[in-house]
Amino acid sequence: MPETVFSRPEALQQVTTHYCPGCTHGVIHRLVGEVVDELGLRERTVGIAPVGCSVLAYNYFATDFHEASHGRAPAVATGVKRARPDLIVFAYQGDGDLASIGMAEIMHCANRGEKVTVVFVNNAIYGMTGGQMAPTTMPGQIATTCPLGRDVSLAGWPIRMAELISTLRTPAFVARASVHAPLYTVNAKAMLKRAFQYQVEGTCFSIVEILSTCPTNWGLPPAEATAWLEDNMLPYYPLGVFKTPGGEDRAPLPLGGRIGASHAK
Amino acid sequence: MAKKLMKGSEAIGEAAVRANCKLFFGYPITPQNEIPEYMSHRLPQVGGTFVQAESEVAASNMIYGAAGTGERVFTSSSSPGISLMAEGISYLAGSELPVVLVNIMRAGPGLGGILPSQADYFQATKGGGHGDYRLLVLAPWSVQEAADLVQDAFDLADFYRNPVMILGDGLIGQMMEPVEFKENRVPCKPLKPKDWAATGCKGDRPTNIINSLFLDPQVLEYHNQKLKAKYDTMSRDEVRFTEYGTGDDYDLLIVAYGTVARVCSTAIEDLREDGIKAAMVRPISLFPFPYEAVRRAAKKAKAVLVVELSCGQMIEDVQLALEGSRPVHFYGRQGGMLASPEEVAQKAKEVLAGTSQEVRHA
Amino acid sequence: MQNDVIMAGFGGQGVLLIGKMLAYAGMHQGKEVSWLPSYGPEMRGGTANCTVVISDRTVGSPVIQCPRAVVAMNLPSLEKFESSIKPGGLLLINSSLIAKEPGRTDVKVLKVPANDIANDLHNPKGANMVALGAYLGATHAVALEEMEALVRETFASKPKVVEANIAALRRGYELGEEGMK
Repeated sequence: MPETVFSRPEALQQVTTHYCPGCTHGVIHRLVGEVVDELGLRERTVGIAPVGCSVLAYNYFATDFHEASHGRAPAVATGVKRARPDLIVFAYQGDGDLASIGMAEIMHCANRGEKVTVVFVNNAIYGMTGGQMAPTTMPGQIATTCPLGRDVSLAGWPIRMAELISTLRTPAFVARASVHAPLYTVNAKAMLKRAFQYQVEGTCFSIVEILSTCPTNWGLPPAEATAWLEDNMLPYYPLGVFKTPGGEDRAPLPLGGRIGASHAK
Repeated sequence: MAKKLMKGSEAIGEAAVRANCKLFFGYPITPQNEIPEYMSHRLPQVGGTFVQAESEVAASNMIYGAAGTGERVFTSSSSPGISLMAEGISYLAGSELPVVLVNIMRAGPGLGGILPSQADYFQATKGGGHGDYRLLVLAPWSVQEAADLVQDAFDLADFYRNPVMILGDGLIGQMMEPVEFKENRVPCKPLKPKDWAATGCKGDRPTNIINSLFLDPQVLEYHNQKLKAKYDTMSRDEVRFTEYGTGDDYDLLIVAYGTVARVCSTAIEDLREDGIKAAMVRPISLFPFPYEAVRRAAKKAKAVLVVELSCGQMIEDVQLALEGSRPVHFYGRQGGMLASPEEVAQKAKEVLAGTSQEVRHA
Repeated sequence: MQNDVIMAGFGGQGVLLIGKMLAYAGMHQGKEVSWLPSYGPEMRGGTANCTVVISDRTVGSPVIQCPRAVVAMNLPSLEKFESSIKPGGLLLINSSLIAKEPGRTDVKVLKVPANDIANDLHNPKGANMVALGAYLGATHAVALEEMEALVRETFASKPKVVEANIAALRRGYELGEEGMK
């Protein structure tokens, strides 16, 4: 008898996504789906989709969903959760959405301590609109609105959202993870699971920033994009838990520094 | 319940509570702060939730999220705040979600002033946000009517799955008048189960998605036409207005809404004492506008006078209604200045004496 | 039959309160009423004022440009509203704080030393009640008994305040009635 050893999570629809080859949105969707399944939350989960590459997330998750306008997913999540505290509410947002136009909404949602979970996908660029500079774009990184590379004297330095949110006094779970290589991905899932668990227990606001690749807009083949992330983003965006509701704000990095990704160079 | 003297703002808040609305999301702005203040102490008493949002932009998106769960939700603001809420309002209309919005209008444009105005008529009835959509817009002229319309607004919002706006002015918010809340009020529309709400997808049912994104133009066109059909139904079934003195003969028909119509009613009394016959049509629903009522009432008049606290906005709907059949004149005050009965009566005399300039489009 | 009045004074003189009490008492007596405050920058610093309408019929305009009566508790209020009173109307002046002679000859002027009377009654905060009583005595807009009942209800938790305010109200009422004779 054949045995099923690998299948799609029930929290995901049986559909093909529109994401580009080498993009890690699909991996992150799957991790969220697995966590929702493992915690048995599918039938009481409402997701909030952003504006950005994951605007169509509602077509990929097998949970009820709410489309939000650009940057407002944390406000929409607040509305859903306050109206129905029994629901599990997660917002799925990219870096232009969360760290630029939605800066006010994410900070105040976190500061109010809304019992929601935010999955924050940071790929250092605007994907859907065609590769413009994001608040998270790296110094010198070329984008369609900074063709000579990000000039930090004009555009400022990339915003480290996990660090920024972790400065708030309100208890929260704040972590940063990456999915550019398998071991990191295992860790990212563990962070997501903790984030959802805190919500299930009604403990606090939780956010996991996940570093992600965008080969199309970075202009790199997928394998090189993975290496670029490791070389450029990891040093600037350190991984780890930045804040926990118990107060031990900067726990040691769970992975103890860099772990060998498959360098294509 | 016995009559109680209430500020308009408090009556609006209490009416929402009595309509079983347990959720309020808003942001402070003068002159409507008494509404969020009232809700912040009243909602916890009934097991509800009050959230002071970080901005009107956020507030409009919070009510969008809350409405998507099928719970009754409401917000209030004043003109500049409503401009910021235009984003959420467009999404609410596009996603067909029921909410009640209150705009206590203040004078604009820009930061303007904080005194009463009716300069948001266009914004409320013709759009305000982007895209082809309509709000149901109701304009009370007294504190009692504000309380009644707020309760009706929740039923109408649920019935049509559409945002409903209560368009008041600073006077309605600040004024105190006797209010009576009826016990065992019957909804003004039949209420259906909200099986479309995003509340967790149980078993095999397809997921419920609250959404206004339709990338396929054919699908979006179908959606637009479906919305249009709904607005047409509202235009047929939800026209509300009252008439004042139209049972008698009259030479002048006044059209005014909100508290300005109160001023005009006194002006009409004063004019009658001077032997001048005037009557009034007062639109209560601004969308849908009572075109037919204005057209019918104008037939008995020689001329029509529109009075607004703006440079002239509703006058365009009056002119549409009349299709050139009667000369239309305008009297307006702006900037937060109020029209007095004496001023309206004076203008009415000028119209009938032929010394007022008719409003025409070059 | 309609009574309408603008009550004006410094913020803190309690003119908004006596305006509300007038509206409440009118409502309790079965009349149609409206109370409209000035608000905005006017509220802070300068003069506070409110317009009260008490009518046998539905209140038309709650905005009254030419009121049948003005109660001026201080000089800026007199200067602001004196010219607006309807000919034949009533101008009630708090003569404790207003030395200036009003210019209008076509209205009934009633001078009431509200602060002095309140002080004599050992109720220095009760000048507004004296003025309210005087307005009622002069106009009979609402019955005195109705207002006394409202004072008892409003200050129910403070029996001393009730008695002091009723004394102020009655003294004002007497002066109001006498002044109209």
